[in-house]
Amino acid sequence: MAARTLFEKVWAAHEVLPETPDTPAVLYVDLHLIHEVTSPQAFSALKSLGLPVRRPERTLATMDHSTPTRTEQVFGAVPITLDAAARQVLQLERNCAEFGVELFGMRDARRGIVHVIGPELGATLPGMTIVCGDSHTSTHGAFGALAFGIGSTEVGHVLATQCLLQRKPKTFAVNVEGELPAGVTAKDLILAIIGRVGVSGGTGHVIEYRGSSIRALSMEQRMTVCNMSIEAGARAGMIAPDDTTFAYLKGRPRAPRGAGWDAAVARWRGFTTDAGAVFDASVDIDAGRLEPMITYGTNPGMVVPISAPIPDGTGDAAHDKALGYMGFHGGDALLGKPVNVVFIGSCTNGRLEDLKAAAQILKGRKVAPGVHLLIVPGSQQVKREAEEAGLDEIFKAAGADWRESGCSMCLGMNGDTVAAGQYSVSTSNRNFEGRQGVGARTLLASPLTAAASAVRGRITDPRALL
Amino acid sequence: MQPLKRIRSRTVVLASSNVDTDQIIPARFLTTTTKEGLGKQLFADWRYLADGAPNPEFILNQAAARDCRVLVAGRNFGCGSSREHAPWALLDYGIRAVVSTEIADIFRTNSLKNGLLPIAVDEATAAWLLAHPGAEVEIDLATARLTLPSGASVAFPIEAFARHCLMNGVDEFGYLRGKLRDIERFEAVRSGGREDACTP
Repeated sequence: MAARTLFEKVWAAHEVLPETPDTPAVLYVDLHLIHEVTSPQAFSALKSLGLPVRRPERTLATMDHSTPTRTEQVFGAVPITLDAAARQVLQLERNCAEFGVELFGMRDARRGIVHVIGPELGATLPGMTIVCGDSHTSTHGAFGALAFGIGSTEVGHVLATQCLLQRKPKTFAVNVEGELPAGVTAKDLILAIIGRVGVSGGTGHVIEYRGSSIRALSMEQRMTVCNMSIEAGARAGMIAPDDTTFAYLKGRPRAPRGAGWDAAVARWRGFTTDAGAVFDASVDIDAGRLEPMITYGTNPGMVVPISAPIPDGTGDAAHDKALGYMGFHGGDALLGKPVNVVFIGSCTNGRLEDLKAAAQILKGRKVAPGVHLLIVPGSQQVKREAEEAGLDEIFKAAGADWRESGCSMCLGMNGDTVAAGQYSVSTSNRNFEGRQGVGARTLLASPLTAAASAVRGRITDPRALL
Repeated sequence: MQPLKRIRSRTVVLASSNVDTDQIIPARFLTTTTKEGLGKQLFADWRYLADGAPNPEFILNQAAARDCRVLVAGRNFGCGSSREHAPWALLDYGIRAVVSTEIADIFRTNSLKNGLLPIAVDEATAAWLLAHPGAEVEIDLATARLTLPSGASVAFPIEAFARHCLMNGVDEFGYLRGKLRDIERFEAVRSGGREDACTP
């Protein structure tokens, strides 16, 4: 057989019917994750046709986008502030009960951001196909799964058939060699990759992240990298499973056990790109030369090393418009610019290692006067683990606001927003206009950079505080 | 879904590149549980001032934009979130086709599922369209061509299957459900448990 890429192997293993010139492939879905925002219209479609959920055992629901993060609203008697959000949560509860779908509801100890809980449960496994009505589904590709975001119509298709109609994407190798310098994280790496590839450079492709730097990353760091594949326009991002993957998964509640585990690992070892396999596109990145990265504009491709000036965009209307929105001028330094809000969390950087990195900076220090530091764990399990490690005490002592899990200020759907005109250093994935609130100005960065900027009240190179 | 064979319309131009789905419809409007009525919130943060009044500088609030069914935009339209609310909002407003040099993957898929036609054209055609707002264009799905006022026309890529569905007003769901026997066969030959789901 011809040499194949990791993507091609996973794709081939799930082709119910291959594509033809006239028809798309029918692709089988192993795991379908759903949440309250993009599923109601899909359940309505099933109801109108009188159809059941075909494979409820392959479907897992949680609530994360529009849920509150204040403890008294999650566990106390205080109602959800936004009526529409409350209705949406109720609708998900009703739909899951009616269709027999397992739901991690508001007070469930397993609840969290959909892309954080799949891996921590061991529901996300190598070689799977995983879809969700959310573009950051690419996160699960860190395990060697083919995982991508879909729309609500497709959510309905998967609920009803466990399959999707798909055209086969092209392949894109991102080769990363070298050792990340101290203070430079997986977030800085993926921001640098997006800066290089561009926000549409990956369109129509599935990225495979390869090379010694990727192999050296932990699973949580790999998830950060794969998470933002969509910000380069890619359909999905993948990393071949290895011993790091298997060590992470072993003993997780839904991972295989006993003899089943050994057989699974033996099978998973086959999910690698064969020597000699050809990618449709590729790019090489030298990790050893990277600095902490930060965005200055209104898409994740508008990114520079933190010590670099804001680029001049003479004659480029989109660049000038973005700088106008941000209130920045080409040629100015980003370092030292004042910050109003710092958000540490999201499916990009809301896991335990991210919180430990923030704590490393915040320990024994205080958040600068006037700065709101919001720290939102990616899941209730992350919250428990952080509290067991005493991180919450460090955060509270520093003056941070420590909350229950959810998407929160990444997109501000639940009311956790940044006010118009304010500057937010955020560990999330999108700095689009208004993403964190109408008129909010977002700068994407790593948890280290975010925490350092919270302490100084200005954009700060975290290496100064390590 | 209404059948879509031919669109003849003046264009409305949004020259910005990388128009993301958070601009097409901001996240705070996604708490809806239906698809209807989202046209009011299309481009909300650009279209309305802080007090809720229409922003007279935004193109959709100008008389020239009235009844335009073709939106011409800068490169990489529809990037970002997978929210299908973006094409729902465009359709509810009255847009039936979006023209750009590049259209983001998930937005493209979502659009085709709802009868909104994503059209990727070459740089020269896009540049002409961006420079000539209000141009009368004709889009013919049968030939997959977009015709400019000069009579010159360009081909645009569209998958045969998507074109069939759009032209006949049928959604893809019926086709997929017709493959249930193949899906059952596929499941039967796999060993059953989720962890055994697939081998390379």
